Amino acid sequence: MVQIEAKDLSLGYEKQVVVKDLNFTVSEKDYLCIIGENGSGKTTLVKTLLSLNEPLKGTISFSGGLKRNEIGYLPQQSNVQRDFPATVEEIVMSGFAGKGGKFFYDASQKKKALENMERMKVKDLSSSSFSQLSGGQQQRVLLARALCASQKVLLLDEPVSGLDPQASASMYELIRQLNKEGMTIIMITHDIEDVIDDASHILQIGRSNRFTDIDTFKKERKG
Amino acid sequence: MFSELALYLSFPFVRYALIVSILIALCSSLLGVILVLRRFSHLGDGLSHVAFGAMAAASIFGLKNDMLVVLPITMITAVILLKGGKKGLIKGDAALAMLSTAALAFGYLLMNVFPSSGNISGDVCTTLFGSTSILTLKKSDVILCSVLSALVLLVYVLFYKKIFAITFDEDFAKATGVDTEKYNLLIAMIIAVVVVLAMNLVGSLLISALLVFPVLSAMRLFNSFRAVSIVSALISVFCAISGIIISILASTPVGSTIVAVNCLIFILCTLFGRKR
Repeated sequence: MVQIEAKDLSLGYEKQVVVKDLNFTVSEKDYLCIIGENGSGKTTLVKTLLSLNEPLKGTISFSGGLKRNEIGYLPQQSNVQRDFPATVEEIVMSGFAGKGGKFFYDASQKKKALENMERMKVKDLSSSSFSQLSGGQQQRVLLARALCASQKVLLLDEPVSGLDPQASASMYELIRQLNKEGMTIIMITHDIEDVIDDASHILQIGRSNRFTDIDTFKKERKG
Repeated sequence: MFSELALYLSFPFVRYALIVSILIALCSSLLGVILVLRRFSHLGDGLSHVAFGAMAAASIFGLKNDMLVVLPITMITAVILLKGGKKGLIKGDAALAMLSTAALAFGYLLMNVFPSSGNISGDVCTTLFGSTSILTLKKSDVILCSVLSALVLLVYVLFYKKIFAITFDEDFAKATGVDTEKYNLLIAMIIAVVVVLAMNLVGSLLISALLVFPVLSAMRLFNSFRAVSIVSALISVFCAISGIIISILASTPVGSTIVAVNCLIFILCTLFGRKR
C-alpha cells in the first residue's frame, strides 16, 4: 500500500533549485535509503517530507491511512540541543505534543511512552538527565520520541553519525527490528554499505536522481 | 530591624510593591526558561529598550508610564522580531542590536526635546534602572499587573507540553503537528507583557537579569525541565522579596538590589550545584 508519493518534485529555497524532477513512492513496510553527496539536497528533502518546507514544484501526497504530520522524525544529531535540562521521560513524552489531549498528556499516552522506552531499551534511564547520556543512548531516546509521534513511518536523518561502531550496530539492529514489526523506514545515510542488507529501496539524489529497488541497485553496482 | 520592617509593611505602597514584584518575578523566571533555552536571551533586553522608547514617546503626550501605549508597541515589536527571526530582513542579533539601541537613542532624544518635567536625568534614570517606580504604584497598577501575571502563568501551565516540545525541538514539534506559529506568537506576546511589567520593577536595563539569572541558577541544580521551571520561579520570587526588603532596610535602589541578590544566588548555585 502506497503511503507517500512524490511527483515531479523540485526542491530548494528562494528560487535556488537544489533538487529537480524527483519521483519516488514509499509503500508500507518499505526500508528506503536516501543517499547523495553533501549539499545534494537530502536535508531539504527531509524538511519537505515533514511539511516544514514547501516544494518549489510538484507534489508530495500521503495515502494509505498516512496523514501529513504523521511521520516520526529522528533529527540529525547536530540539530538537537545536547545540554537541554530535561529527563528522558520528558523528551519521549514530547513526541505526543502534536497529538490529542489538549492541555496535558493522558494515561494512555504515558503508557505508550513507557512501552516505546522499553522497545528502545531506555526505560531504566527514564528519569535520567538527557544531557548526561552517551550519544547512542540519546539517539535511542529520540527514536522513542519519534515512535510516540508515529506508528507508521519513521524518517531518520543520519541516525548513526557520530556514534561509535558498537552503538551504530545496535542502532541499526533496533531500526531493522522496527521495520520487521511493520514500520516504514526512510533513512538518510552516508554509508550505504551498512544498510544494504536491510534496505528495500534506494533513492540517489544529486545531479541525477535515481529511484530503484535494492536488487536493481546491487546489480547496477556490480555491472 | 523587624519592627522597622513591620512599620514599612504597614504602608500600602510597600505591600503593593511586594505583591507586584512577586508576580513579576514569577512570570519573568518562567519566561526566562523559554528564552534561555531557545537562545533568545537578548530578546528581553532589546524589547525593554523598545519599551523605553515607547514610554518616552508616550510621555510627550502626557501619558507617562501608560501601559496602554507601551504594551501594544512592545508586543508588535516582539512579534516582528520573533517572526523575522529566521527569514527576516535583517538576521537575528544584528536586527535586535539595531532596534534596541535606536529605540534607546530616540527615547532619550524625545525626552530631551520635549521635557515633561524639570528633572530629565532623574526621569531617565528611573526608567532605565527602575529606582523608585516600584514604590509609587497605584492600586490600579497592582490590579492590572495581577491580571496580566495571572494570564502569563495560565498560558505557561496550560500550554506546558507544547511549550516544552517547541523549546526542545521546534522542527520536530512542527513536523508532528504542533502549530508552532501560533505558539510562537503567543510566546512573543507574553514576553512583551512581562517585559513591560518588569520595567516597573527593575527598569529597562536590568530586565534581562530577571529573565536569565533564576533559570541559569536552577539549571545548576536540576536536570529536568519541570524542576528547572519550578525552581527558577522559586529562586526568582525569593530574590525579589529579599531584594525589596534589603533595599528598604538599607535604602538601596530596588532594581539593582534584586539583581545583586540574583547574582549572589547564581554564584552559590554554581559553587554548590551538582552539575559543573
